[in-house]
Amino acid sequence: MTELGLRLAVSLAQIAAVMGIVMLTVMILTLAERKVLGWMQDRMGPMEVGPYGILQPIADGLKLFFKEDIVPAGANKFLFTMAPILAMVPAMIGFAVIPFGPDLTIDVFGISVKPFVISDINIGILYILAFASIGAYGIILGGWASNSKYSLLGGLRSAAQVISYELNVGLAIVGVLIMAGSLSLVKITEAQAGGFWHWYVFAFPAPQIFAFVVYVISAVAETNRVPFDLPEAESELVAGFFTEYSGMRFAFFFIAEYANMVLVSCVAAAMFLGGWNAPYPGTILAQLGLEGFAWIEGVAWFTVKVYGFLFLFFWLRATLPRLRYDQLMKFGWKVMLPIALGNIVVTAIAMYIYNQFK
Amino acid sequence: MDQLFFGYFAGVIAITALLVVALRNPVYSALSLLVMFFHVAGLYVTLHAEFLAAVQIIVYAGAILVLYLFVVMLLNLHRDDRYHSQWRTVAFVCVPLFIEFMVLIGGSIAAAPQSVAPVETGSGENTLAIGEVLFSTYLFPFEVASLILLVAMIGAIILAKRDVGDARSEG
Repeated sequence: MTELGLRLAVSLAQIAAVMGIVMLTVMILTLAERKVLGWMQDRMGPMEVGPYGILQPIADGLKLFFKEDIVPAGANKFLFTMAPILAMVPAMIGFAVIPFGPDLTIDVFGISVKPFVISDINIGILYILAFASIGAYGIILGGWASNSKYSLLGGLRSAAQVISYELNVGLAIVGVLIMAGSLSLVKITEAQAGGFWHWYVFAFPAPQIFAFVVYVISAVAETNRVPFDLPEAESELVAGFFTEYSGMRFAFFFIAEYANMVLVSCVAAAMFLGGWNAPYPGTILAQLGLEGFAWIEGVAWFTVKVYGFLFLFFWLRATLPRLRYDQLMKFGWKVMLPIALGNIVVTAIAMYIYNQFK
Repeated sequence: MDQLFFGYFAGVIAITALLVVALRNPVYSALSLLVMFFHVAGLYVTLHAEFLAAVQIIVYAGAILVLYLFVVMLLNLHRDDRYHSQWRTVAFVCVPLFIEFMVLIGGSIAAAPQSVAPVETGSGENTLAIGEVLFSTYLFPFEVASLILLVAMIGAIILAKRDVGDARSEG
């Protein structure tokens, strides 16, 4: 019983640490987005709160926390409350299987603990896909429960969009799964060790470059970001599915969107860009004789890759105009889907031939 | 412990399945169906079939039920009492089901309790095991099932597709 208690305590500590890091990242992102957009549009961004505006996220959080909580007349109260939770929980729960660093095992009072992954389950990536698909419920139900036509239209648009692009995300990943032969994110990352030419974007015999492009575009669409932000298009739908939301409930949707961005970036880094593996074989710290600190380099590389992706999100937002709805659907079903399917066929054939001659 | 989990999952599945047909608001029905799918996935996990559990959630909860909700909201079926006063139909279905249930209960008491052999999961790689079985032993049923699904897909496209001339004449 004590062992069970200890395991529980260690897991809870890990969960708390990961949640803390994710929430901190979300806070940084809200500021970084405004700063990067400001920089790209040749202005300063937020400058008022704290030196150079760095306390802006805290001010935003306090503001949202103390705002009046309004439930519109005629709204379905139960679902109106449930929707933000249903949006937020799937966004946070996916981090349980992300490997943030090397696959070490350390002993804590006699039980073995993997410090950089909360749970290495053998269907890791499917687990993430499953919960990502649940995230759509928060958006749809939020739109429906608000009893407002803007919200409803936003919710319906989002449902169609998320279903269309989820399929592409799933199919883009299949190529990597064929090459890795595993669904566990830890194993997939480990298989990419030893230099950037082993990363699955470039790896022999079937570079997943097309799958990577499909994944990135679909991931942007799935997180409802510009240029695929039709569910919340300001000029058409006020704010889409969260038009009627205010205060903390709005903050939940907001955090969910940013947490989803972090999650898809983590998955992209782990599946295509080698996760915590450095772009050169081994680690510099290990070369210098600091074997015990090599994990710092791994975690640093993972962080760099994830933040690179997040920067790409902001870059797209500053660059591209919003798609029209029919363009969005046509693009998803007639361009992305065939590329993803073709990639699976090519990868499967290439891997078969490669294994024959190995 | 296993019994406890099974009892919980089975109980919730039974209750939510009843709620799906008993609730009057179609959106609530869809949501209780969602809860049911999750508990079915939970049952799969207790049976060490994690792959099936994940696929259960991705396919049913993530895709099919979202489309259900989509249609329910699009038609705006707030409250529809048409389907809640069909006692004759219900009786017609339930009486044979009840008889069947009694027969099964009677049969299971009569039959000697036999222990079910635990299925070999192959050291946690149940995805591999499912793949191998699906593409060797059950290859023919698998191909037939995919063909049926393909036919259904083509049928749906044909039903939904109208000729350009038709669409124009209907405005």
